[in-house]
Amino acid sequence: MKAAVIVFPGSNCDRDLAVAFERAGADVSMVWHKETDLPAGTDIVGVPGGFSYGDYLRTGAIAAQSPICRSVVKHAEAGGYAMGVCNGFQILTETGLLPGALRRNAGLKYICRTVGLNVATEDSVFTAGYKKGDEIQIPIAHHDGNYFADDETLARLKGDDRIAFTYSDNPNGSVADIAGVLSANRRVLGMMPHPERAADAGHGGVDGTAMFSALIDQVVPA
Amino acid sequence: MKARVYVMLKNGVLDPQGEAVRHALGTLGFEGVEGVRQGKVIELDLAEGTTEATVTEMCEKLLANTVIESYRVELL
Repeated sequence: MKAAVIVFPGSNCDRDLAVAFERAGADVSMVWHKETDLPAGTDIVGVPGGFSYGDYLRTGAIAAQSPICRSVVKHAEAGGYAMGVCNGFQILTETGLLPGALRRNAGLKYICRTVGLNVATEDSVFTAGYKKGDEIQIPIAHHDGNYFADDETLARLKGDDRIAFTYSDNPNGSVADIAGVLSANRRVLGMMPHPERAADAGHGGVDGTAMFSALIDQVVPA
Repeated sequence: MKARVYVMLKNGVLDPQGEAVRHALGTLGFEGVEGVRQGKVIELDLAEGTTEATVTEMCEKLLANTVIESYRVELL
């Protein structure tokens, strides 16, 4: 599996995400935001966490308009896989690949701690390594993780089984406790928690590992 | 010419920062502040002849996230 991790000015989880992909067996390229094309044969794009463009205007807003993001949108629209973590989730909502938006946390505080996540569906390459209803422990680290979608969008996400993860104890005010969502074709995942920070015993937990190993098993090379 | 764009969270979208400001005003002794909404003002220096439709397009594509924000354009 070939993975491409996008690097924006201000990304700070790009190398963690690359290591998580590599440990699972992927061949990883780092792609600078000024590139216009993804490496040939990219199966999955990782959009990492951080503070792309200093969170200017809105989190993810400027990154979503960068040259490489146009290629990421094309890749996803053609049925390619992509996952956005934290700032990456914010960026993917800004591109329109994922519905909804991330607002300032309801408590206004930046929250950095490990939280319980419920696996809400097994039906995606990202969540196939878990059982629906599993509770996994994954770190969060964000100021703007308060997921919002209007009632109609929320009903569609629920009806189509597109909620990937929910918080066991909602830390940030997200509607319906949502921590991660899938695109309509189930090939794009956005989530605020950081599975790549729970992928090594030295991290204090390895509950994120199953996501990356399932990806390797399930993503068919392009 | 200049344009000014006002971006606000839509009605119905909770504005925790506005709520915090409302609380702080109460703490300072200002009574009767029933609500505070915090937004952004963006000023654009534009070539003469730029149309309001163009500025609206800028809002739709970048300046506002219309999932959660509304905007108003003022040409000066």
